[in-house]
Amino acid sequence: MSVAPMRRTAAVVDVVVVGGGHSGLAMSHALSQRSVEHIVIERRDVGNAWRTERWDSLRLLTPNWMTRLPGHHYDGDDPDGYMSAGEVVFFLSAYADKIAAPLVTGTTVLQVEPAPGGYRVATDRGDWLCRAVVLASGAFNKPVVPRVAAGVPEGIAQLTTHDYRGPRQLADGGVLVVGASATGLQLAQEIHLSGRPVTLAVGEHVRMPRVYRGRDVQWWMLASGMLDQRIEEMDDRDRARRLPSPQLVGTPERATLDLNALRQQGVAIVGRLVGIRDGKAQFSGSLRNICALADLKLNRLLDGFDAWAETIGLASVVGAVERHAVTQVDPSPRLGLDLKREVRTVVWATGFEPDHSWLGVPVFDRSGRLKHDRGVVDAPGLYVLGLPFLRRRKSSFIHGAEDDVRELASHLLGHLDATRKLQVAIAA
Amino acid sequence: METLVNSVQNGVNIEALLGARTALSEAPEAARFKWRATSEWLNGTHSRSSIDGFFGLGGEQRHRQSYQFDVDHPEIFASEDNGPTPVEYILVGLAGCLSAGIAAVAQYRNIQLRSVKATVEGGMDIQGILGIDANVRNGFDGIQVHFEVDADATQEQIAALVAQSQKRSAVFDVITNPTDVHVSVSKV
Repeated sequence: MSVAPMRRTAAVVDVVVVGGGHSGLAMSHALSQRSVEHIVIERRDVGNAWRTERWDSLRLLTPNWMTRLPGHHYDGDDPDGYMSAGEVVFFLSAYADKIAAPLVTGTTVLQVEPAPGGYRVATDRGDWLCRAVVLASGAFNKPVVPRVAAGVPEGIAQLTTHDYRGPRQLADGGVLVVGASATGLQLAQEIHLSGRPVTLAVGEHVRMPRVYRGRDVQWWMLASGMLDQRIEEMDDRDRARRLPSPQLVGTPERATLDLNALRQQGVAIVGRLVGIRDGKAQFSGSLRNICALADLKLNRLLDGFDAWAETIGLASVVGAVERHAVTQVDPSPRLGLDLKREVRTVVWATGFEPDHSWLGVPVFDRSGRLKHDRGVVDAPGLYVLGLPFLRRRKSSFIHGAEDDVRELASHLLGHLDATRKLQVAIAA
Repeated sequence: METLVNSVQNGVNIEALLGARTALSEAPEAARFKWRATSEWLNGTHSRSSIDGFFGLGGEQRHRQSYQFDVDHPEIFASEDNGPTPVEYILVGLAGCLSAGIAAVAQYRNIQLRSVKATVEGGMDIQGILGIDANVRNGFDGIQVHFEVDADATQEQIAALVAQSQKRSAVFDVITNPTDVHVSVSKV
């Protein structure tokens, strides 16, 4: 935009997309294709979270050949590799240029509130009046830290995955990593390799091999249709949406990162962190069952892949059926850890939640979560994108944006048409 | 929600459980229960506990009848053995809770159970309670549970039943996770 509007003298546009990440850009592409006038507001620059809020060694959990957006795909020479955060920024910037996204960068949304005929989007560089708003500001804005953190003794550093960049940032000495998603395992491994003794607190998790029968596990999930599964097919939608990210890492060796690998390398595996009393961390005695559940689910997943490969005649094309060693648990896993004596840093890899604190529209449930039906928010003309399992299992993946955006853009267009007709009717 | 077509019968009313789950997720205050027991010391290590009412679904509830439990210690502890030890009641609670869970999950997954037998063993070094060694804890140093299940299901399905019942078990949670305990006293 050439002219930034002054505060309170609002500029007018049909649609405001909040967030210039992959979801916002994909929506911008869909709206441009449908000739819908819109802007994309981005607080700093395209793909900001990838630039400033992720750790140094982070790579995508999906291979390059899967990393695509509507009208844009990876065309480098390493289709089986995994993009670093910097490469994701490059990929998104190239996309923004290619689709000529109407970006308003360096602009922070302060408030979105209802206004006659739609919404007023207040920013630090002026206000916008619009008829529809798309929330595409991401699902992973605010690190979630459990309440037990209050018991961490003074003098012990605490980091979230939002602040963590690499092991060099940490004091020498013991580190407690809390959380066993992809993030928790990756951080536990690199911190351990830096020479700091690591204890990893493990709750419910999703175990997955990087490569299965010669193919990336993401290929299996995509090809077998699992990633296209819709949220309405799920028995328990809340649970499907809360599932931690699978224990995966993107490395050139395509290595599998699981609890067995970490345990062999010397990471101490303990149960879920359930309390801190008098400076001593307490771990749940449920570790064995938590691991058994993850092993059972892994085997069910692989059984499903095998059955699908058999059905479509792929069984002889891919490698032989494999089964993985059961997760080994120490005979008596530690139930406690004296934080003052053994730990200098606690790293909370306990998940993220979206930050919609600037949304001044009454669309939140009792627990503060956005009320929406598969992205159609509980207020006319308000949409949300990119949340885990929003519409499909792949919804929060980069390649998952395309289908969601197509469907939600159609809904949005319907809303614009209906309200336009209404305005005409009132005028007449 | 689709209607469950369930041919198996484990004596669990799954429709009622699912109905309660739906109702209580909409009225979470009704889900707040208080379980109660009273106890009176009789003599030596012998006391008797009674269980009558509990609170739940927004009001006071009663068991069909009241239940009494004698608690004591065996003769090798120089006691009269008028009943099981308190720690054995813990094992009873764990076995009962996991078994109920197995039945409920099996019903939900349409698995007919024929028999479910549990053996529970809690290890304890009594140097802890006797104050001999401060490094030895008072409670169990570990609990082993073994289930023998006969059911119309594969080994893997049965393993999944047992795993899921642990995940949803109150007593398993009570034992594996810390609980804040507040003891007060008044002089009569």
